[in-house]
Amino acid sequence: MNIFQKMMQIDRRWVYLAIGLAVIIPSIKSFDVPVTVSPEVKRIYDFVDSLQAGDYVFICVDYDPSSMAELNPMAVAIVNQAFVKDLKAIFVTLSQFGPGLVEQITSQLAANHNKINGVDYAFLGYRPYPAITILAMGVDFSVPFPQDYYGTPLDSLPVMNGIKNFDDVKGVIEITSGNTADFWLIYGNGRYGFPLAIGITGVMSANYYQYLSSGQLFGIIPGVKGAAEYEELVGFPGEGKAQMAYQVIAHSVIIIFIIISNVAYFATRKRKAGLEGGNQ
Amino acid sequence: MKREIPILIVGITGFAMLIQYFIPTDWSEFIFTYSQDWVIVIGIIAMPLGIWSLVKANVNKLKVPGERFYSAVLLGGFLIMVLTCLKEESRMAGSFHMDLFNYVLVPIQATIFSLLAFFIASAAYRAFRARSILATILLLTAFLIMARFIPLGPISIINLKIDAWILQVPNMAANRAIMMGIGLGATATAMKIILGIERTYMGHD
Repeated sequence: MNIFQKMMQIDRRWVYLAIGLAVIIPSIKSFDVPVTVSPEVKRIYDFVDSLQAGDYVFICVDYDPSSMAELNPMAVAIVNQAFVKDLKAIFVTLSQFGPGLVEQITSQLAANHNKINGVDYAFLGYRPYPAITILAMGVDFSVPFPQDYYGTPLDSLPVMNGIKNFDDVKGVIEITSGNTADFWLIYGNGRYGFPLAIGITGVMSANYYQYLSSGQLFGIIPGVKGAAEYEELVGFPGEGKAQMAYQVIAHSVIIIFIIISNVAYFATRKRKAGLEGGNQ
Repeated sequence: MKREIPILIVGITGFAMLIQYFIPTDWSEFIFTYSQDWVIVIGIIAMPLGIWSLVKANVNKLKVPGERFYSAVLLGGFLIMVLTCLKEESRMAGSFHMDLFNYVLVPIQATIFSLLAFFIASAAYRAFRARSILATILLLTAFLIMARFIPLGPISIINLKIDAWILQVPNMAANRAIMMGIGLGATATAMKIILGIERTYMGHD
């Protein structure tokens, strides 16, 4: 077996070891990764930035702990921006694991920005059946959520005074790791026509760029890189920027393995063709 | 009658929901809200059924020597999460229930999901080989899309533009074609169900 054949048959445990080291090294010695802000991320930042203090923004946190590493940084960056601008934020989750994540984000950031639950923001809670919940919220938020997550009736929350449904919010930002983005597109933006932006995992992003071109979405934050870009814009460097170091090394390792595999493939093919030519 | 009545219910409900979407009046709004309530009611009824099924299946597994450990863990975890969430305060940060969520469930899910990185790396190494023209196109596209995560100075800016074109032109065209196919298929299936042509959802009895 020559060197190229060996390169083509590297044991998968070596690949695992390389990836393992790729994620361990930045945790020992981290470094700053410069990020270029993409237009689709900038549009969401500009949208939130253009709102006036007291305007309402609707944030839907539809992911579970498995995607937390990728999506939490963007949720934190958006909430940070909203709180800095004194916007009123309404939170909802359509994922069964969402309440714990929203509670974590809101309680931590509200304390940092001196915001009060029920006055500056509201967390309405979780409901199953995304389509039904979105359609019902389009009629009246209190139809699917007569009480907020903590059991307080919606009518008695100062932050909910004067707002009824999506007509009263400036826009919806959906952060998701699943197909709830489709429900927001079809039943939310499609039926009620509010401006919609999404934050999604990197692997999902290719499926949603079409909606950006059609104008159904005004912005997309794709994966950790998108979160890092948003953090750069907001000026709160956090987990997104920190995770870029891990991502860069891990992706570089994968690219190196792909190059090794292809160089070896072409070299062995050429050699094989040469041998077959010689035999003739 | 065992088949006709369900078909009639499905047909009437389907047509009512179809019509109400295109006619925004008070009565259509009423039909819409009323049907939503029904879906929620059916969902609430379905949930205890699901829980019962889960518990029953795992209680039965407790009797099987090789499988009882995992079933016991599942039932134990299920009971603990339910019992710790009975009080209203358990939803607040710092409660025992939220601590279980933050320090048990979150790390478990994150760990399982992070294993994907190892499999993806191994699969990419084996699968991304330029064996044909189409495989080469796929390889180059994947290479460019992955390279956008790596800072390469001025090359990154050019790569970002190429990636934007890939995602918004060929990717969009392919995705739209797939979505249109799915949409037409879903519409055709829905019409077949509403008209009573497609009946397999009722089973074979």
